[in-house]
Amino acid sequence: MDAIDATNLSKSFGTVTAVDDVSITIPEGGIFGFLGPNGAGKTTTIRMLTGVLIPDAGSVRIFGTDVGKDPLAAKLKMGVIPENGTVYSDLTAEQNIILTAKFYGMDRTRREERAGEILARLGLTSRQNDVVRTFSKGMRQRISIACAIVHSPPLLILDEPTTGLDVYSRRLVIDTIRHMNREGSTVLLTTHNIEEANALCSMISVINNGKIVATASPEKLKKTFDTSRYVEISFDQPVGPALFSAPGITRAEPWGDKWRVYSDDPDLAVKYLASVAERDQLTIISIATSNPTLEEAFVKLTGGA
Amino acid sequence: MDWKIFTRSILVITEKNVRIYYFKGPVIIFGLLFPLIMFLTFFIGRSLDLVLFFPGFLGMMLFFTASSVGPLITPWEKREKTYERLLSLPVILESVIIGDLLGGALFGILITTIVFCICAWLLHLTVMNAGLLAFSFILGSIAFAALGTLLSSPSTENPSNIMMLSSLVRLPLIFVSGIFIPLGQLTGWIYILTSLSPLTYLVDLFHAALNGDAVYPPWVDVLVIVAVILIFVLCAKGIQKRNLVKGI
Repeated sequence: MDAIDATNLSKSFGTVTAVDDVSITIPEGGIFGFLGPNGAGKTTTIRMLTGVLIPDAGSVRIFGTDVGKDPLAAKLKMGVIPENGTVYSDLTAEQNIILTAKFYGMDRTRREERAGEILARLGLTSRQNDVVRTFSKGMRQRISIACAIVHSPPLLILDEPTTGLDVYSRRLVIDTIRHMNREGSTVLLTTHNIEEANALCSMISVINNGKIVATASPEKLKKTFDTSRYVEISFDQPVGPALFSAPGITRAEPWGDKWRVYSDDPDLAVKYLASVAERDQLTIISIATSNPTLEEAFVKLTGGA
Repeated sequence: MDWKIFTRSILVITEKNVRIYYFKGPVIIFGLLFPLIMFLTFFIGRSLDLVLFFPGFLGMMLFFTASSVGPLITPWEKREKTYERLLSLPVILESVIIGDLLGGALFGILITTIVFCICAWLLHLTVMNAGLLAFSFILGSIAFAALGTLLSSPSTENPSNIMMLSSLVRLPLIFVSGIFIPLGQLTGWIYILTSLSPLTYLVDLFHAALNGDAVYPPWVDVLVIVAVILIFVLCAKGIQKRNLVKGI
């Protein structure tokens, strides 16, 4: 059964169409990335998936349960971190987690056990009785994660969970996402951090101007833009662009003290560059081939928005 | 709908509200100080008939306490960004509205009961129908907590906007509720105006419970107050649902 089956979701605010006929199917088990530039419609889509916003059209099913028709049953299957979502500042870390656990009907013993486990995992045991008001942003976000996973949800929906976090908090959050996925939770993650998506996600959807523009695995997305592969080379003395005029080389541009030589076949380009270096008595200081990055794919898909 | 999950969501929201918004020193102290000051304003140095005016004082107290904090909860949570998190938990709009209502009602009942007991002890008040009085406390608290929930519904993240709206709605209601002038002495358009305020019917119920001197039969008062509760709750739901559709 699919973890999320969203069909033809649309949402407009006045004359602005935030989400336009978006359909997403997320099979059970993986980590699914949802990428897009600011204002692309990611958060609006997440809000509709989590039942926080009522769509103008379309439907959402969470493990087969319709969010519109049976929101209580559907929400029981999710753990959510909304964008900028925070926890109650006047409660302690532990009280926030236990209060959330009560919404899921966990009994007292299980609530307390689970709160202890999660606080330890997120490195907050020593602060469990401190009010959240005194916490840093990173610590608050960790409590937010703790609340979202307290009931071991089959589906975890995280809207920008690592934005603005310090390295330590970010690492803990990512480790927790991986841990939850290993424990059986399907994860839907929106992020601005392309490398994070590349490292975490088995599947990625890119949304732009309210529409899904691509859905594939990170590697497939990169391969879609294979033409952007290049060789980065530097010589012991300055060279001009004429050096790179050869069949198979599409373009060459200076890149700091190096040149980026774009080619459909980087292996052939390397051979050619080695031969011209020998011919013109140039010493190659460094040479490296580079595959297209997910960031490049993202920029191309979203038109650099 | 799973009624067990629904009931649980209401109770947990009520607990959350009581713990975060009501069970605070300043709120409780204000809740107790306000009736004391009102009592002194009403009765000290004035030769008012306690039997005649105490039900009005009691009604006003219940009105203010039950509807005092409720209007601020939703705007406050929207500002703190906890509202979206709350809605993503296993709750529905009705859970939030009823949870908010119950928190306000419990606060109203608690404060009014304490103040009533102190007044009854100091003033040697007699109660003609204790059961009706207790029922009136509960019904009145629910009605005015529902008003608080309705007042919290307009889309804003700024609690001060709601404070202004709340004062704009609540203060005039006090003046058209037969508190300062007994209902039996009103005539003409003032009587009609007074009959539009839900507080009028609660004060009348208190009259019936405390001294048996009510203008309307108690069942009429109860019917009107129940209708008012339903109207407030349905309006709150309508406005909040519209906010969810508009994403505000």
